[in-house]
Amino acid sequence: MASKKQQEIDGAQALVMTLDALGIEYVFGYSGGAALPIFDALETVKSKMKFVLTRHEQGATHMADGYARATGKPAVVLVTSGPGAGNTLTGIMTAQMDSVPMIIVTGQQVTWMLGKDAFQEADIFGITIPVVKHNYLVRETNDLPRIAREAYHIATTGRPGPVLIDVPKNVSQSPFTGELDAEMDLPGYHPEKGFDIEGATIEEAARLINLAKKPLILAGHGAMLSGAERELMELAVKMDAPVTSTLLGKGVFPESHDLSVGMLGMHGTAYANKAVCECDLLLNVGSRFDDRIIGQAPKFAAQARIIHIDIDVAEMSKMIETDVEIVGDAKTALKQLLPLVEKAKHKEWNEHINGYKKKFPLSYKKQGGLRMQQVLDEIHDLTGGSAIITTDVGQHQMWAAQFYTNDASFKWISSGGAGTMGFGFPSAIGAQFACPDETVIAVCGDGGFQMTLCELATAVIHKLPIKILVLNNHYLGMVRQWQELFFDNRESGVDLVGNPDFVKLAEAYGAKGINIKRPADVRKKLQEALDYNDGPVLINAECIKTDNVFPMIPAGAALEDMLIEPPKYKMEKPVGST
Amino acid sequence: MARTITTTDSKPKPRPDIIGGHTLSMYVNNKPGVLMRICQIFARRAYNIDSLVVSQGRDPRFSRLTLGISGDPAGLTQIILQCDKLIDVIHCHEHTPEDAVVRELALIKIKTENSERRTEILQIVEHFGGKTVDFSESSMIIRIEGASDKVDASVRLLNNYEIIETVRTGKVVMARGEQPT
Repeated sequence: MASKKQQEIDGAQALVMTLDALGIEYVFGYSGGAALPIFDALETVKSKMKFVLTRHEQGATHMADGYARATGKPAVVLVTSGPGAGNTLTGIMTAQMDSVPMIIVTGQQVTWMLGKDAFQEADIFGITIPVVKHNYLVRETNDLPRIAREAYHIATTGRPGPVLIDVPKNVSQSPFTGELDAEMDLPGYHPEKGFDIEGATIEEAARLINLAKKPLILAGHGAMLSGAERELMELAVKMDAPVTSTLLGKGVFPESHDLSVGMLGMHGTAYANKAVCECDLLLNVGSRFDDRIIGQAPKFAAQARIIHIDIDVAEMSKMIETDVEIVGDAKTALKQLLPLVEKAKHKEWNEHINGYKKKFPLSYKKQGGLRMQQVLDEIHDLTGGSAIITTDVGQHQMWAAQFYTNDASFKWISSGGAGTMGFGFPSAIGAQFACPDETVIAVCGDGGFQMTLCELATAVIHKLPIKILVLNNHYLGMVRQWQELFFDNRESGVDLVGNPDFVKLAEAYGAKGINIKRPADVRKKLQEALDYNDGPVLINAECIKTDNVFPMIPAGAALEDMLIEPPKYKMEKPVGST
Repeated sequence: MARTITTTDSKPKPRPDIIGGHTLSMYVNNKPGVLMRICQIFARRAYNIDSLVVSQGRDPRFSRLTLGISGDPAGLTQIILQCDKLIDVIHCHEHTPEDAVVRELALIKIKTENSERRTEILQIVEHFGGKTVDFSESSMIIRIEGASDKVDASVRLLNNYEIIETVRTGKVVMARGEQPT
C-alpha cells in the first residue's frame, strides 16, 4: 500500500483493512457510540467483508460461532463498549469451552476516561480474561494491524479459541501512521511447544494397540478440527475397533458405519458406554475427557490402557490418568501411528458389542402423543441425515444427538462444554450464511428459543431458509427430568406457562410458521417446511410434556451405573458435577 | 471498640491437605494485565500466593516473577501447564532449593528501650549476618537476608523481643548452573 494513502486513513480503517486482508468474510454485530469509527470504516473501506446487523450482541457471538463450526474459519463480532461488550460474554465463553475460533472487536471509551466510570465504560479486558484464549486493550493506533493479525493467528492455530480486541474510540479514530503489514510479536505463543508425536511415544502407543483384544476408539472434536477423518477411518478398520464419539465429535467417524457405536456419555448409547466399561484399550483422539463422558474418573475405562492424543498439553492427565500421552495434532499423530499398527480382527469383541446394539437400541414409543424423538427421527429420514443441525441445550439436544446421526464433520453444531441455551437459532444463522446451499435445521427447545428469538428479524431480512424446529413441551424438560428422578418430582422453576403462539410469532416477524400436533402429521408438515425456501420457517411441534431422556448416567456416577430405562426405585441425589 | 489487626508475623499452622513452600518462576511479557491473567489461574484452583516478586527483566520487554504458593498438591502440574499456556507467559518453571538459589530479605523493627536487650539483639543480628539499617532511641530496624529458612530462624529468635513489625520481600530464585530460571 502506498505510504501517501496510509497517512490518510485512521485506526478504524487500518483495522478493517487488516481484517479484510486476513480473509474474514462476515462481521456480525451491533453498533453503538464507542464503536462509531469502526462502523464508519465498514462503509468507507472497500472490503469483501459483509456486515450482518443482529438484534442482540449475544446473537452476534453465536452467529460467528455457528459460522466457524460450519467452516473452520473465524468470523468477526463487532459491538460497542459497556453493555454491548457485556452481552457478548455468554457467546465468548461458549466458543472458548468448545475451542471455536472467533475475533471479537469491542468499542471502548477514550483512553483518558478509562477507570473513571465514564458512560458505557466497562473493563471488558479484565472481565473476559477467564473466557478467552487471549485478549487485548489497544492503546496505540499504530498497533491495530499487528494486533488484528496476532488475534487471527492465535484464534486459529493450536487449540482454537476466541480472541477479544478492545479498541478505545480515540485509538480507532486517530490517524494511522504505521505499517499495515506490521509483523506479529508473540514471544510466548508456541502452539507446538511440547508436541510429542514421534519416536518412542508413538511406538509405545502402537505396542499397546497391537496387544489389545478389546480396543475402542474415542473420537472427539479435536479429530474433526485437525481433519483426521480419513486417518481415523483407516485406523479403525485396521484395528477392527468400535468407534464412539463425543457430542462435539459427532460425524468425524460416520455414525452409520458398522464399527460406530454412536455417542458416549451421560445420554450416550448404552452400547458405547458398555464398550467403555469393557474395553481393554481406549484410544482417545482429540477429546478432553469431559466430565459428561467420564462420569466417575477412577471407574472410567477401568480395565483399559488409555492412550490420549490432544493438541493441548494442559489436557494431559487433567481428568484421567493415561498410559501414553501423545501431545500434538491428531491427524499427524494418526499418520505416524498407522504404519506401526498391525492389521487385526476382533470378531468376538465386535460381535459382543453388536449384541449390545441389538439388546439396547435407541428407541421410543410411537403411542401416547407426539414425541420429540419421532420428529427428529423423521427429519433425519427426510433429509437423509445430511443437514447441518444446530441445537440448544436440554432434552431436545440429547435426543437430536441420539436420533440425528451424522456421517460427516462440521454438520453438528451444539454447545457442549458451556451448555448454552439460546445457542441453537443464532448459530444456525451463522451456519446458513457459511453454507447457503445446505439445509440448516435449528433444533430448539421452547425455553432456549425464547432466549434469542429476536434474531428472527435477522433471519427474515436475509431470507435465510433456516428450518427452526421448536420442540415445544412447555417445560424446561431436562431440569424437570432431574426433579422427577432425584427431587421427588417437586417441580421448581421449570414450567414455561405463558409461552407465546410460536406460529403467530414467526408470522409477526415475516417468517412462515407451521404447527405440528399429531404424530401422523409429522412427515407431511416437515416436508412442507423443507420445501419452503423463501426465508426462515418455524415448525412448532407440540410434544408430550413429561418424557425423559434415556439412557442416562446420573452426574458423578460411573458409566456402569447407567440407567437404560426409567428406574423403578427412588434415586439418590447425584453428588457429581451438575 | 476498635479492632486491632496484628501485623507481626506468625507462622500459619500447617494443614495436611495443603502443600506449601513451592516456588515457581515465570518469564512474562512486561505489559499491563499479565499479572491478572496469572492470578486468576491460582485463585480459580484455590491456590494461595504466599509471596510474589515481580521485576523488570534484563530485556525490558519482559518481566520476571517469582511466586511462593500453597494449595492442593494434585493441582500443581495443571497450574504450571495453565500458566505456561498463557500467551503472555514465555515460560513457567517450578524450582526447589536443590536446583535453585532462593533468597529473600526481611526488615524487622524492634522496640529497644532497654540497652541490655539491645546488645542481645545485636548479637543475634550479627550471628545471622544481618545489618542495622535504622537506629533510634526507642527502636531499630534490622535487615536480614538469605534463604527463607534462615530468615524464618532469625525472626523466630527475635520474637523473644518486642517486634513492632516485619516486612519480607518474598522469595526470589535463580536456577543453578546451566538451567534457565
